[in-house]
Amino acid sequence: MNFELTKEQQMIKEMVREFAEKEIAPNAAKWDEEAYFSIEIFKKMGELGLLGIPFPEEYGGAGGDTISYAVAVEEIGRACGGTGLSYAAAVSLGASPIYYFGTEEQKQKWLVPMAKGEALGAFGLTEPNAGSDAGGTRTRAVLDGDEYVINGEKCWITNAGHARQVIVTAVTGKDDKDKNIISAFIVPTNAPGFTIQCNYDKMGVRASNTCELVLENVRVPKENILGDPAKGFKQFLYTLDGGRISIAALAVGIAQAAFEKALQYAKERKQFGQSISKFQAIQFKLADMAMEIELARSMVYKAAWLKDQGKPFTKEASFAKLFASEAGFRICNQAIQIHGGYGYMKEYGVERHLRDIKLMEIGEGTSEIQRLVIARQLGC
Amino acid sequence: MNICVLIKRTFDTEEKIILTDGIIQEEGAEFIINPYDEYAIEEAIQIRDEQGGEVTAVMAGNEDGEKELRTALAMGADKAVLINLEEDVEDGDQWTTAKVLSTYLEGKNYDLILAGNVAIDGGSGQVGPRVAELLGIPYVTAITKLEIDGRKVKIERDVEGDVEVIEASLPLLVTAQQGLNEPRYPSLPGIMKAKRKPLEQLELDDLDLEEDDVEPKTKVLEIFLPPKKEAGKILKGELEDQAKELVSLLRSEANII
Ligand SMILES: Cc1cc2nc3c(=O)[nH]c(=O)nc-3n(C[C@H](O)[C@H](O)[C@H](O)COP(=O)(O)OP(=O)(O)OC[C@H]3O[C@@H](n4cnc5c(N)ncnc54)[C@H](O)[C@@H]3O)c2cc1C
Ligand SMILES: Cc1cc2nc3c(=O)[nH]c(=O)nc-3n(C[C@H](O)[C@H](O)[C@H](O)COP(=O)(O)OP(=O)(O)OC[C@H]3O[C@@H](n4cnc5c(N)ncnc54)[C@H](O)[C@@H]3O)c2cc1C
Repeated sequence: MNFELTKEQQMIKEMVREFAEKEIAPNAAKWDEEAYFSIEIFKKMGELGLLGIPFPEEYGGAGGDTISYAVAVEEIGRACGGTGLSYAAAVSLGASPIYYFGTEEQKQKWLVPMAKGEALGAFGLTEPNAGSDAGGTRTRAVLDGDEYVINGEKCWITNAGHARQVIVTAVTGKDDKDKNIISAFIVPTNAPGFTIQCNYDKMGVRASNTCELVLENVRVPKENILGDPAKGFKQFLYTLDGGRISIAALAVGIAQAAFEKALQYAKERKQFGQSISKFQAIQFKLADMAMEIELARSMVYKAAWLKDQGKPFTKEASFAKLFASEAGFRICNQAIQIHGGYGYMKEYGVERHLRDIKLMEIGEGTSEIQRLVIARQLGC
Repeated sequence: MNICVLIKRTFDTEEKIILTDGIIQEEGAEFIINPYDEYAIEEAIQIRDEQGGEVTAVMAGNEDGEKELRTALAMGADKAVLINLEEDVEDGDQWTTAKVLSTYLEGKNYDLILAGNVAIDGGSGQVGPRVAELLGIPYVTAITKLEIDGRKVKIERDVEGDVEVIEASLPLLVTAQQGLNEPRYPSLPGIMKAKRKPLEQLELDDLDLEEDDVEPKTKVLEIFLPPKKEAGKILKGELEDQAKELVSLLRSEANII
């Protein structure tokens, strides 16, 4: 048992923190206000190797572990929740499935440019009528000669507007129990019939790019099917398990930012002749916030560690995601409370954290779905 | 071009200094590469990339310094040397550090040695010049620009905001001032590769030095934090009375006049 980050992990943490403080944090309020996705910052992150942390060097990655990746997500999220979401989605949803399930050829063609930071990828699972119930996918793919023809709609797909390709899930048939067989396809965003619109007006994570996809007779070569044609459903469940670690890390980062602001403000703000940090009511809030952040972070590290060890981590990833997002929401809420009326004003930058962190309770499986996953793991 | 960079591990600039019984508490504090030394590393890497050669990062410190040396390797230095003084040196000063470093550097024939202008903790700015003196090579401090043409070196240095242009020749020691360059972030592949780059660990023994040879020449009598800033005082009343009161306070309370 060792609770310390390794030297490499520490160095990554310091590097990403410095980078995020200098290059991301100063722009976060503006990007939020203008709902601006900064492709420039993703170029810089790519040059630093951040988009390839958990992938081996042979695929253009840095050969780092999941813990290093989680540390990087936390630090970027601490600077800007929206940029953090796009970063986590690029690595966990855009690139990881191809690393886990792709053929050697697919990895060379699609993963390497992403790991090197030269391209972004997206993952299109959710549909207007299939959210938590992802098995209810209506998008269909039909084999026609050497090509699949895909028709359907996807909604709220992160990074699709800047992606080179989207991994799209679609129904390809029915099994003997009459259940849909779902497969995953690598669909280049420049394919004819593929329309991508990114006009959502979001509550938070506004610096991340979120899009609506329409596929009308989009043709992809047969070899663009990802992994086992009959196991698309299982594959995205595994992908989401990994993604949940990153969403949990992102929640920790956003909560950490809110906490730091609240602590500093509490020391500076004077009411009734003293710093409000001298009031036990405020102290108890700060104590709870610090404790919950530390607990959430520990759970993130544990889930990441299990994944790195090749051990089962489904339950722990859900623990981490569920706890970090719900505790994070409480923390961001209390951070505003500690700021009083100032916290309600955009100028102080704490209300943004609450808007950003709300998504962590929804994306990659809502809190309710996390509880279902955990309960299933308990054998219920 | 054979280049050496001298590196110190210092308190993070954001760290709050806590004193207990006159000793600075290091427990739990974050440490970084001295920011001025980062300019030195960056400059060394740039020169190496242009002119070829090798960059060695050297630190006199303790075991924990490995992290800062690995960071220098991650930025792009080729190898690192950690001279671990933990066992042998209880108290050291600038003389100690300079003696240790110069003994190591003696006979290594570096063309160029770079150091930081000052360390942000001790703030003496002495180690670079002392090392050069002990090695018997020229040095230029607080440089903001460096151009090397063969053995000839053209330097701009910061003199209290003005620029002084100097010509020198190799071998040479320079200390880096803010403005010399913009240090790069260590990249992810750089960090992972740093693990595999050579990092040599030495002790006083390996340099044929005795504890007596590096005995500090100075003695620290007391360490204290700057006095807490008192709340300001706003004088009231007629202007003339205020002026009178101000003068008397400057005399009696502030003891300035
Ligand atoms: C900003 C943003 C980015 C996103 N990025 C992506 C992306 O990149 N790729 C992608 O595929 N998707 C993405 N999504 C979609 C996201 O994953 C879904 O919103 C999420 O899975 C929930 O689905 P839903 O919105 O349809 O809600 P619903 O499934 O309709 O849920 C509504 C409510 O019902 C509850 N509920 C549903 N089923 C049950 C049940 N069985 N038991 C108890 N309660 C239940 C839910 O918990 C929730 O509270 C993104 C969403 C947003 C907002
Ligand atoms: C949109 C908006 C509209 C408003 N409209 C009006 C208006 O029309 N008229 C008007 O006069 N004001 C108005 N206000 C001001 C509002 O009433 C104050 O923001 C509120 O009273 C809190 O004061 P504060 O913001 O200075 O917070 P602070 O008093 O600085 O409080 C900061 C934090 O410290 C806590 N705290 C303070 N003292 C103690 C203590 N002794 N023990 C424990 N905890 C303590 C608080 O609960 C809070 O969590 C408005 C504010 C907003 C945001």
